Amino acid sequence: MLASEELWSPIRLTLALATIATILLLIVGTPVAWWLARSKARWKEGVAAVVAMPLVLPPTVLGFYLLIAFGPSGPGGAIASLWGARTLAFTFEGLVLGSVIYSLPFVVQPIRNAFEAVGDRPLEVAATLRAPPWDAFWTVAVPLARPGFMTAAVLGFAHTVGEFGVVLMIGGNIPGQTKLLSVAIYDFVETQRWSEAHMLAGGMVVFSFLVILAMFVLEKRMSRPGR
Amino acid sequence: MSAAPADTISMDLAGTLGTFRLDARFELPARGVTAIFGPSGCGKTTVLRALAGLTRIPGRVAVAGEIWQDTARGVFVPPHRRHVGYVFQEASLFAHLSVRDNLLYGARRVASSVLADPALQEIAELLGIAHLLDRATTALSGGERQRVAVGRALLSSPRILLMDEPLSALDQATKEDILPYFEMLHAHFAVPIIYVSHDAAEVERLAERLVLMRAGEVLAAGPLAELQTDPALPMLTAPEATVVIEGTVAAHDRHFMLTDVDVAGGRLVVPGLRGTLGSRRRLRIAASDVSLARSAATDTTIANVLAARIVAVEGDPAEPQVSIILALGRDGGGCRIVARITRRSLSALALAPGDAVYAQVKSVALVATRA
Repeated sequence: MLASEELWSPIRLTLALATIATILLLIVGTPVAWWLARSKARWKEGVAAVVAMPLVLPPTVLGFYLLIAFGPSGPGGAIASLWGARTLAFTFEGLVLGSVIYSLPFVVQPIRNAFEAVGDRPLEVAATLRAPPWDAFWTVAVPLARPGFMTAAVLGFAHTVGEFGVVLMIGGNIPGQTKLLSVAIYDFVETQRWSEAHMLAGGMVVFSFLVILAMFVLEKRMSRPGR
Repeated sequence: MSAAPADTISMDLAGTLGTFRLDARFELPARGVTAIFGPSGCGKTTVLRALAGLTRIPGRVAVAGEIWQDTARGVFVPPHRRHVGYVFQEASLFAHLSVRDNLLYGARRVASSVLADPALQEIAELLGIAHLLDRATTALSGGERQRVAVGRALLSSPRILLMDEPLSALDQATKEDILPYFEMLHAHFAVPIIYVSHDAAEVERLAERLVLMRAGEVLAAGPLAELQTDPALPMLTAPEATVVIEGTVAAHDRHFMLTDVDVAGGRLVVPGLRGTLGSRRRLRIAASDVSLARSAATDTTIANVLAARIVAVEGDPAEPQVSIILALGRDGGGCRIVARITRRSLSALALAPGDAVYAQVKSVALVATRA
């Protein structure tokens, strides 16, 4: 049964990380996407570029800088000292923070596109119907941008599940704390435990297929007119 | 904060929007239907958007005793606190809500929304959309969508209803279907309406007053018939010059199927048995359908021959035709119409301002079904 715990522990940890990260990604990504979609500031594309950086940056580079930032002398160390720890590196909290930063573009981009597709008109209509901006945001902009939120949540979740480079740099390989699926597969391969590697890798193939399938089906259903 | 007159809509805005310069100044009574009329791109929609607070142009806007904007004092009431009803060119219904929830979106945000449901039923009946309440908005025709948009705006209990070319995206048959609903609106709801249009026929049917615009400027604002007969304005000498006057249905001739309508300074005969006795109707007389005679001809097929006096003769000397402003009645005390005649006739009859003439009106049309 030890072997099965060896398999299940990274799966549980990965699902917990991806769930928490996705919730945080939606909370952080929505206002960023709203601002990028609505602002007329000239420097907003600069902000958009910073948010999108993880798309092109090698994960190890991002992981390296995160490792330094999370360390005792970085801002992450200061945050960790709030609960008496020395560092955010090699902790679950650090992985959550790192995943949010790394997956942010996958969440911001679809939500931004959806808000842009909604346009000014529905919000103007809401305003003339006495809805203050905050009210119009929740009752008009968010429901109309719903397909974008679905895509963002699926991509954010799946991308967090699949991340390897950043995780290895800032999380290390502590069973039950930072040993995620992708790292576990790497470990099994390195120690030539092919059957365990096969089980996890095969599971990921099935999972990824189901995620993408679900997304396509949902998108199709939501773009169909009428209720 | 200084008070604004309780019964007027006044605007005094000047500024640029991109490369477009707007200079809009007018004051109107806050009642009835006012059309903002002018060619495409003259700034009509910008004026309407500025009234609603959707577009910011420096200046002052006051409606029914409230100051909505006064740039000099730093006052700008945001759109959601102006309580306007706004009907856009495209219906712009919320795609994620049913027809019912679209209609109630504004109503639910009015303090006294306990009454929303009976009001919903009433307005849905009036606009002929009661059978659509539980449909998705995507299942509606263009005309139905626009009626839902009007109902939605009305249900938010607006202080003023702003309509931006609400019929321009519809085909002619659908327009004809919807116009009667619009005519009924202001009779049924005591809400002032500002109606943007570039379509003269719509304006003649609906508007009592006009704000005439051209190239970002307000040329004139006032009662429709006054502007139509104003020598200083281009409407008078335009090829399609027309005057809309109001009259009272006075008699029906059942044998020949004709209706007599009394207007200030005379009586006009309209084909068909129209309206109930004593009801007010609008009549449309095109300048090209009016000719003049020195004496009252009796051997003519023209049914309407009215005594009138010449008020003014207007026209470009390079043009073969002139527009003659007439005041109906022997003493010239009645309402004004316009006649379009050639310069040759003008000189043959030696017509001059102040002369008593007979206006022969070949065709008179009732424009509104409003009772």
